[in-house]
Amino acid sequence: MVIKEPALYGLLARFANGDALLLAAQKVRAAGYRRTDAYSPFRVEGLAEVLGQPRHAVAPIVLTWGILGALGGFFMCWFANVINYPLNIGGRPFNSWPAFIAITFEATVLCAGLSACLGMLILNRLPQPYHPVFNVPAFRAASRNGFFLCIQADDPQFDLKATRAFLQDLGPSMVVEVLG
Amino acid sequence: MSAVHPPSSESVLAPGHTYASVTDKILGLVLRRPTPLWLTCLALSAALLALLGIAITWLLYRGVGIWGINIPVAWGFAITNFVWWIGIGHAGTFISAFLLLLKQEWRTSINRFAEAMTIFAVMCAGMFPLLHLGRPWFFYWLLPYPNVMWLWPQFRSPLVWDVFAVSTYFTISVVFWYVGLIPDLAALRDGTTRWGRRVVYGTLALGWRGSAAHWQRYHKAYMLLAGLAAPLVISVHSVVGMDFSGGIVPGWHSTIFPPYFVGGAIFSGFAMVVTLAVPLRYFFGLQDFITIKHLSNCAKLMIVTGSIVAYGYMMEAFMAWYSDDRYEAYMMADRALGHYGWAFWCLIACNVCTPQLYWIRRVRETPWITFLLSLVIQFGMWMERFVIVVQSLHRDYPPSKWEMYYPTVWDVATLLGSIGLFCTLFYLFVRYFPVIAVSELRELVKEKAPEGSAPVGV
Repeated sequence: MVIKEPALYGLLARFANGDALLLAAQKVRAAGYRRTDAYSPFRVEGLAEVLGQPRHAVAPIVLTWGILGALGGFFMCWFANVINYPLNIGGRPFNSWPAFIAITFEATVLCAGLSACLGMLILNRLPQPYHPVFNVPAFRAASRNGFFLCIQADDPQFDLKATRAFLQDLGPSMVVEVLG
Repeated sequence: MSAVHPPSSESVLAPGHTYASVTDKILGLVLRRPTPLWLTCLALSAALLALLGIAITWLLYRGVGIWGINIPVAWGFAITNFVWWIGIGHAGTFISAFLLLLKQEWRTSINRFAEAMTIFAVMCAGMFPLLHLGRPWFFYWLLPYPNVMWLWPQFRSPLVWDVFAVSTYFTISVVFWYVGLIPDLAALRDGTTRWGRRVVYGTLALGWRGSAAHWQRYHKAYMLLAGLAAPLVISVHSVVGMDFSGGIVPGWHSTIFPPYFVGGAIFSGFAMVVTLAVPLRYFFGLQDFITIKHLSNCAKLMIVTGSIVAYGYMMEAFMAWYSDDRYEAYMMADRALGHYGWAFWCLIACNVCTPQLYWIRRVRETPWITFLLSLVIQFGMWMERFVIVVQSLHRDYPPSKWEMYYPTVWDVATLLGSIGLFCTLFYLFVRYFPVIAVSELRELVKEKAPEGSAPVGV
């Protein structure tokens, strides 16, 4: 049996705060690196855009499911009262739509809300219990006060020595190799 | 920590905090050794929960006849408790959704436990209509499901709207709460070395690693959830209000119910937030995060919502006179001077007069007074629902139907038991989850006390 050597996933640099991370991300992008990611303990505004990460597609998903929920909720009430089980109550119209609005609204919110949560998780490829960055012991700080930038080894411009030197120039508190 | 500087009435976060210090402080409260006080409180709540278990068991065995309900007062304590509990939940969603959209930064340190309060309050609330069904094991008849008789729920009935509203509200509240928790669960996973905790919190955190792309989508999803939850909270109590105004009972059949109920719900909910916040900040040493400013703002919101409620009472009395409806007029006279007059004046004292004390700055900024007044308001709001349910029903149209309502020991046991359920869940929550949203608190640190660019030690 051959035990595979862990492959190099990339180089991870730690920065002091969100502004330093944002500045470093701009330089990394300007240097032409494309396969990168940044990690922070809270949302740093503009970071994803600077790194050129794909824009969120959460809003269209939520809109779509909201519309489907509205149509579905209204259809259910309409179908039950007009087609499937019409009841003549004092000659009132079968399609008494104002009475269906409450349920239509609740169905809209339910579908849109669930799709916001699930859509976000699916687009983020979560749940994902394993990721190479977790192999770095210092990465635990990413949920406390650590701001990290990772240049991945599969970037066409990646060269272990040159990239390490480049990252060192950005003023990080540490640069480590990520294996995984 | 709190003794170093005097409490400021203007700050939402005490100075001198860093990303690391807020994280360590809040996460340090999770899973620390149980204190005797916590164990005592949990034991007392669990005893009340056991009482609920007994009350429900006896109810399932004997039926709703063990309660004091009769015809005409068929709703009794069960629906009073339902409206009271679901109203309490509303402030949690108000804080987490409305105040987020309005960029009110003071919501940051109170939204997590307020959302937990919402979930537990809705659980207590949802229990009562189901138990009140008479045959609770057929609760699924309320839902549109394929059945052999091909029957549907009556979608034109506010009572069916309520099933949809409350179940949607519960689901969305849980989702909103959980999405907010994910980064903090990741912090709990990373902050512990114990294997069991790493596994449990790591599983719940879904492998969150704080990637920039993830944060961006997360933020979008969270804001959208807030945007959806904000009208939802209005709709839920409006529908609860319509449960009443849909009935042709004098004292119920009124268009003012939906807005007046929403105001009352947020009023009682903020009272509950204060009731929970004051002991929480005291016993867990959270004075740096839940400041006087938070309590003061909650008090101000109680003045506003209390005034909406007072306006509702006023309009009810005015419409009883202006409509020239003799049944409405009789209902109003009976409400103030009849058998349940004491309850009416009690609610006026608690809900209209008590919040006026919050105009005084010293009252707003003294935690124990704010706390006591919040208890008075919650009691008053329970009395309000009692009066609306019981007093309106007990004088129906023909005098031959008039009947008094007296609660039995089982009514009281179920109410106390539901408080036990709420407290038990809340005590477990404060031990197993961070009571303050740490990832949002770090953003607040960034705005209030930006850390220098000096490298942080690894």
